[in-house]
Amino acid sequence: MGWVGEQIDSIKSLQFRQVLTQAISLGMIVTSALIIWKGLMCVTGSESPVVVVLSGSMEPGFKRGDILFLHMSKDPIRAGEIVVFNVDGREIPIVHRVIKVHERQDTGEVDILTKGDNNFGDDRLLYAHGQLWLQRHHIMGRAVGFLPYVGWVTIIMTEKPIIKYILIGALGLLVITSKE
Amino acid sequence: MHSVMLRANALLTFSVTILALMCAMASLSDNFNSPSPTAQVQVLNIYRFQKKRNGDDEVSLTFNMSANLQSLFTWNTKQVFVFLAAEYETPKNALNQISLWDSILPSKEDAKFWIQTTNKYSFVDQGSNLQNKDFNLTLHWHVMPKTGKMFADKIAMTGFRLPETYR
Repeated sequence: MGWVGEQIDSIKSLQFRQVLTQAISLGMIVTSALIIWKGLMCVTGSESPVVVVLSGSMEPGFKRGDILFLHMSKDPIRAGEIVVFNVDGREIPIVHRVIKVHERQDTGEVDILTKGDNNFGDDRLLYAHGQLWLQRHHIMGRAVGFLPYVGWVTIIMTEKPIIKYILIGALGLLVITSKE
Repeated sequence: MHSVMLRANALLTFSVTILALMCAMASLSDNFNSPSPTAQVQVLNIYRFQKKRNGDDEVSLTFNMSANLQSLFTWNTKQVFVFLAAEYETPKNALNQISLWDSILPSKEDAKFWIQTTNKYSFVDQGSNLQNKDFNLTLHWHVMPKTGKMFADKIAMTGFRLPETYR
C-alpha cells in the first residue's frame, strides 16, 4: 500500500495552483505531439507521414511491426518505388512495390500495377472488382525511410486495448503526481 | 519510490535518445558509400510475339544478364531489391515501364550473379505498338537499409528492338 498511499496523499495535498500547472503541462505534452504530427504532414505532404507495416507481404524487406516514413511529392511515380495505396472499399492502406507504369503522353495520368515482394502474383486480386490499374489518386505516399520494430507498440495497443488504457492511466498519474 | 520512477524514466529517455542517434548515424553513414555497379544484358530469343485477343501486344523472351552489385552493400544494408524493366515510349504513353524479372539479394555474396531466364512477369503493351519498337532494358536496384533512408538507382541499357512481325 506504501506507493499507492503515497500517491493518494500527494493528490490530496495538491493546491489549486499546482493543479493548474499540471493541467497546463499535460496540455503542452498533448499539443506538442499534435504539432509534431501535423508538422510532419505538412513537410511530407502525405496524409499519414508514418505507417506501420501490418502484413508480411514485403518480407524480408519489411516485417510486421516495422515503421515506414512516407513522402508525397509531385514527382512522377516510377517502377520500383514502394508506394502506400488505398483501394476503394478497403479501409487499410497497403504498402507494395510498383512493377508496371504506363504514363499518358497528353495528360500525364498514370496506370500503375503493384506487387508485394513476398507475394507470388501481382495485386490485381487485391484491387476493387474489375480494377486493373491504380491511378494517381489511389496513392497516399511513397516509402522513403525505414525503422524496424518500433511499430509493435501500436500493433500491441490496437490488439490489446487494455494495455493502452493501463499505459495512458499510468502516464497520466505520473504527470499529475510528479513535482518539479 | 518517487525517485525510482524518475530514474527509470531518465534511463529510458536516455537509452531511446542514444538508440535514435545511432540509427540516424548508421543511416547517414550510407552517404559516404559511392557504389559502382555494373550490368550487361543480352536478349537471346523472342520466342513469342503476338497480339492478344483484346488487341494488346504481348512478348515473351529469354535473356541472360550478368551483374555485379556488391559495391551497394554497406554495414547498414539489409538487402538489395533488383529488377530488370523494359522501358519504351509509344504514341499513347510517354513512358511504359514493365518489370520483367526481379530478385532479392540478401547479402553481398549474392550480389555478383549471372542468370539466364525468361520474363517472370508478362510483357504486355497498352495497345498494339510493339512491332519494330526500340526499347531499353534498365536494371533498377532499391537498397533497403537495416534502418534509415532507402536508396535507389539504375543502369539503362539501350539498343534493343522487337521484331517487325508477330511470331
